[in-house]
Amino acid sequence: MFEWIADLVVYQWIGLTKGEHLTEALHFFIYDVMKILFLLTVIIYAVSIIRSFFPPERTKKILSHKREFLGNIVAALLGVVTPFCSCSAVPMFIGLVESGVPLGVTFSFLISSPMVNEVALVMLFGLFGWKIAGIYMATGLTVAVVGGMMIGRAKMEDQVADYVYQVKLPETEIESLTWQQRHDYALQYTKDILKKIWIYVIVAIAIGGLIHGYAPEDFLVRYAGPDNLFAVPLAVLIGVPLYSNAAGTIPIVHVLMEKGMAVGTVLAFMMAVTALSVPEMIILKQVLKPKLIGVFVGIMAVTITFVGYLFNAIL
Amino acid sequence: MEIKVLGAGCAKCNQLEALVKQTLQELGKEANVEKVTDFPTIMSFGVMATPALVVDGKVKVSGRIPSAAEVKSFLG
Repeated sequence: MFEWIADLVVYQWIGLTKGEHLTEALHFFIYDVMKILFLLTVIIYAVSIIRSFFPPERTKKILSHKREFLGNIVAALLGVVTPFCSCSAVPMFIGLVESGVPLGVTFSFLISSPMVNEVALVMLFGLFGWKIAGIYMATGLTVAVVGGMMIGRAKMEDQVADYVYQVKLPETEIESLTWQQRHDYALQYTKDILKKIWIYVIVAIAIGGLIHGYAPEDFLVRYAGPDNLFAVPLAVLIGVPLYSNAAGTIPIVHVLMEKGMAVGTVLAFMMAVTALSVPEMIILKQVLKPKLIGVFVGIMAVTITFVGYLFNAIL
Repeated sequence: MEIKVLGAGCAKCNQLEALVKQTLQELGKEANVEKVTDFPTIMSFGVMATPALVVDGKVKVSGRIPSAAEVKSFLG
C-alpha cells in the first residue's frame, strides 16, 4: 500500500519520470517515512497497552522477592515494559529500595528503562533491518543485567541518600483499568510520542537518502572503522555529555553507519547518549551520593565499551 | 474538598494541574489545588509514578493523565 501511495505521489501528482535519480530518492523518502511512521504508531500503541498491565506497583511487587542474577534479568525486562517518565525515576528508585529490592536489581531496572526503547527499536528495524534491531535489544538488556550485577557486588548501600531509607510507603491497591482506560492511555501516549519525534524520523530518513549518493564512504572508515581500537571508547566519551532521547539519536546513527562506522561503535554511541546523560545524573543525584554516581557511570561506560568491541568483533 | 497534584515538575504534571483547575471551573466548584513536588511527601501517598492526583487524601490516579471525564467523576 505504501508503494502504491508513493507511486501515486511521485509519478501522478508531481509527474516525475521513472528511473531518474531525484525521482528514486523522493520515492524512497516518501515510502520510508510512511512505513516507519506506520510502524511507530502500531508498535507504540501496542507497547502502551502492554504497559498498562505493568504499573509501577506491580513491578515493585514482582521484584521485591528477587535475588541476584534472576532478579537482574527480570528487572531488566520490567524496565522495558514499566511506564514512567524520567521525572518519575526518583520515586521509582525510592519505591523499589523501600520494598526491599536489592540495589543491584534496582539498577538493572533503571538502566534498561531508558536504554531499551521501542521507538529506537522500530527506527533501527525500519532503517537497518531486524538483525541490528535485535542486537540493539539484546545488548541493551545485557548491559542492564551485567551493570546491575556489578553495582550489586560493589556493596554500596550506604551511598544512597539517607532519607531514602526513612521513606515508608503505605500499601496501595493496584489500580485495575478498564479496556477503555487502557485504550485512552495508549492513544494519548502514542500521540504524545509521535508529536515529539516525527521531525527526527523525517530528518533521519532524509539524511539517509541524501548521503546515500553523495558522501565519501571511506571518510569515517579511516577513523572509526573496526580497525581503530580507540573508536569505541571515544564514541562513548562523546556520547555521555550529549543528551537526547533514542529517537533524536537515530539521524546521527544513520549518518554514522552510512559513512562506514562499525556497528558496535555506533551502538555504543547510542547507548551512551540514552543511558548516561548528564541530566539523568542530576536527577539521580537526589537519591545517590556522588561516589555511587561515579561507580554507576564507570561501570556503564566500561560495559557499553565492551559491548561495542564485542559486536565489532563478531559482525 | 482537598486536591493535591503530585509531581516533581514535569510537563505532564503541569498538564494534570491545568486539567484539574479547568474541570473545577466547569463544575463551578471552589477547591484548594495544591502542587506537591517534594519526594518524601509524594511517596507518603504510596505513589511511585507521577503525575498523580489525590482527592481528600485518596490517590485517584497515578502515572498517567486521566481523561477529562475521569477527572470530572473524581471531583464531582
